Amino acid sequence: MSVANVELLREVEAFVYREASLQDHHEYDAWEALWTDDGVYWVPANGDDIDPEKEMSIIYDNRSRIALRIRQFHTGIRIAQEPKSRLVRVVSNIEIAEQTAETIQVKANAIIFESATRRDTIWGARYEYVLRRIEGKLRMARKKVVLVNNSKALPNMAFLV
Amino acid sequence: MTIDTARWDELIRPEGVHGSVYVDPRVYEEEIRNIWFKTWVYIGHESEVSKRHDFVMKSLGPEPIIMTRDGNGVVRLLLNRCSHRGNQVCTKQKGNASVFVCPYHAWSFGSDGRLRHMSMPDGYKDCDKSALGLAQVPRMASYRGFVFGSFAVEGPTLEEHLGGALEVFDRLAAMSPEGEIEVTAGFLQHKVSANWKLMLENETDGYHPSFVHASIFNVAQSGIGQLYSRESAAVSRDYGNGHTECDLRPQFRKIGKPMAWFGTTEEKLPEYTRDMRKAHGEERARQIMIDGTPHVMIFPNLFIAEIQLFVLQPVAVDETIQHVTALQFKGAPELNRRLRQQTMGSVGPAGFLLADDSEIYERTHRGLTAQSPRYTFIGRGAHRETQDQDGYLTGDITDDLPSRGIWRHYRSLMSAAS
Repeated sequence: MSVANVELLREVEAFVYREASLQDHHEYDAWEALWTDDGVYWVPANGDDIDPEKEMSIIYDNRSRIALRIRQFHTGIRIAQEPKSRLVRVVSNIEIAEQTAETIQVKANAIIFESATRRDTIWGARYEYVLRRIEGKLRMARKKVVLVNNSKALPNMAFLV
Repeated sequence: MTIDTARWDELIRPEGVHGSVYVDPRVYEEEIRNIWFKTWVYIGHESEVSKRHDFVMKSLGPEPIIMTRDGNGVVRLLLNRCSHRGNQVCTKQKGNASVFVCPYHAWSFGSDGRLRHMSMPDGYKDCDKSALGLAQVPRMASYRGFVFGSFAVEGPTLEEHLGGALEVFDRLAAMSPEGEIEVTAGFLQHKVSANWKLMLENETDGYHPSFVHASIFNVAQSGIGQLYSRESAAVSRDYGNGHTECDLRPQFRKIGKPMAWFGTTEEKLPEYTRDMRKAHGEERARQIMIDGTPHVMIFPNLFIAEIQLFVLQPVAVDETIQHVTALQFKGAPELNRRLRQQTMGSVGPAGFLLADDSEIYERTHRGLTAQSPRYTFIGRGAHRETQDQDGYLTGDITDDLPSRGIWRHYRSLMSAAS
């Protein structure tokens, strides 16, 4: 791996770790600021590659819906997150899948431990990011979260995954 | 365990239900036998198996059901159990297959359930293959493509069971320029650690939205909050047989604007509104588009939630799966896209509405295990119930009238069985 590639990988890793930390600590505004203006946050159901324009997804938020999700958290009466889940996630296996002049596609795996009122749940997911550099900083244009059990019945997952 | 009539009268009073009815596993077992395996239960929609040999996995209560369309185009409800040693013959959620081959000893069954082939047939002498097909749900009936099944060989017809609520399906179909519903957007499966009846009751509880959903009403441009406010003209209704409704039409008629029920205007859906006029005529199309789609809970498991379809599946006394999809109206692609988008935002494990409902279901289930008080209180609006022109009980949209109707029917089913 060239020096330039190692540097980029380090930068991408730092971005992914920061995103994970903001999610775990419910730092909603800082997390929202990671998105580009045309960001899409997608958690498919019933497989890895359904067409979200035709079939139901668990989350399929455009940028304005991401903002709405955050505003709902901020009311303090989003019952499914009051009290908030306690979260810790390990993100690993980070790799740059593809790189163009405009975008960097990143893959990673995540294991998320959620401790909620209901019970404790372990979530396993594959992350796929499309990152874009805006004013020198990496931003998320797309985050796809493929839960490995997305074909099965799932309990509430009201935190940021 | 036998539960006598007197005991049910004690457990279910006119204005309160004993906590054990929600949380006692013995009551749950009785319900499976006396409700789920007796009454008509919604299974799936014919559009989910639109082509010959299409199949989709469904359920009848806790029992897995393979809904197929056989080679002759007939919809079948097959039980997922090999007639040989009991192995499950279908493990895929949906697909197209003219034959199901059991992976255990390679017996094969047609999409009509008939036994096609036994491997190494020389081992079978004078064997009646016609008696060794996959079992089928004894009674099946459909209305406007909505397929119901019943494990009771005899009993009321589907029309008798639906009664006054039958018309709800006509109202729903009228929203399509072609008069047909399609269930083609795939289902989310949302699991809650709570008894199924908490969902059955909440679907037509018009009292909770102002509180449980305040977080989203406060931040989204949504007219839903208004529908359940003190000023709303909407009413609650009990159709009998456990079917209940939040009838929002009076409020939408007060507003009097086509498509206001969907928070939009005619101008924003030019193709849809044009096709509706073509199909129904100016006057009637206008009325349909003012009235909007129904909000009705069909006992025990089908919730028509205006733009969504929920199917409740009990898994255990304290576990229920909500299967949910966006309704799609045939010939209305413009509207359908928005129905899917709005549904995805609202429902499922991360939904703006349903995640909060589901949290409440779970907390309520845990609360109901408390030793005191032993009864819930569902007396809200008991003093102001009236009969509508068709003789059905109606009340304020926020009243417990639907719950009282559900429990009357529930008690009659459970008592009849003892």
